[in-house]
Amino acid sequence: MALNNEFLLEKLQAQFGAAILGSEQVSDYLNVEIDAAKNAEILRFLRSDAELNFMYLTDLCGVHMPDQTNRELGVVYHLHNLEENYRFRLKAWLPILDPSIETASDIWAGANWMERETFDFYGVIFKNHPNLKRILNVDHMEFFPLRKEFPLEDTTREDKDDRFFGR
Amino acid sequence: MVEAPDGIEGQGFFATSLDTVIGMARANSLWPLPFATSCCGIEFMATMGSNYDLARFGAERMSFSPRQADLLMVMGTIAKKMGPILKQVYEQMAEPKWVIAVGACASSGGIFDTYSVLQGIDKIIPVDVYVPGCPPRPEQIIDGVMRIQDLARSESLRRRSSEEYKQLLASYNIE
Repeated sequence: MALNNEFLLEKLQAQFGAAILGSEQVSDYLNVEIDAAKNAEILRFLRSDAELNFMYLTDLCGVHMPDQTNRELGVVYHLHNLEENYRFRLKAWLPILDPSIETASDIWAGANWMERETFDFYGVIFKNHPNLKRILNVDHMEFFPLRKEFPLEDTTREDKDDRFFGR
Repeated sequence: MVEAPDGIEGQGFFATSLDTVIGMARANSLWPLPFATSCCGIEFMATMGSNYDLARFGAERMSFSPRQADLLMVMGTIAKKMGPILKQVYEQMAEPKWVIAVGACASSGGIFDTYSVLQGIDKIIPVDVYVPGCPPRPEQIIDGVMRIQDLARSESLRRRSSEEYKQLLASYNIE
């Protein structure tokens, strides 16, 4: 059986109905948007269903879109079925005031560090994560550096005079 | 051969001050600790190679233990997370010790003006010589080492117990 976009989307919609909020194809690559409250259920199905069998979580990352009211923070899952060599993308959006979503680290062990990274940079809270703390940045950092409201430049730098940068 | 320092010479004796003799010995037997984190470290490897040959300055003996090192050479970008480690390495070095910041990143953060990179190692440890460049050529690194030699040669034996030096270390919270 060859796994493809239509088959996967139909199967997901039949199984989860309203929790599949939308989908789009970018080139031939399927993107599915899901209800963030149902993410663990959907991911577990994708992992354990015999026909889908997404055994490999390629990547898990965050996105910040400050203009999307009440769905500012995104969590993106890149899934890969190694046997069929088929990949697709799952997205779940969260409000920035309560960015919490269920962990996937009990489904793919590799999600553990990637969720810590997403927490580190975007402040997404992964519920039931075994060890949700910063992984790449210094422990005492007080903000989430990839959120758009924080400056990229280091604020302690003294040799940059705004006059010389036209600011 | 190193030239003898100024002194009074006669048949069968030579008299000079202890400071200059010790300074001469220190300057010509520096043991560097290469703290190489990126491309400046590659330039340093060329500096150690036969073309440029830092051994000519008595500094061919790399000390990968800070306890036996005289000269800390920080070459490359230091992330903020690396900061406490660099400071610990500095603290473990015995006096007298010198620090050379090689390249733009170690000196000022360089192009990495960002939340994760330390904006110059002088935020956490005192620096004696800055070598500019991105990365600097081996000649520039050698010039930096020669400036350190000048410092070592002319340093008073009492400098490390002076009040100014203690204040300098205290300003970095180093015991």
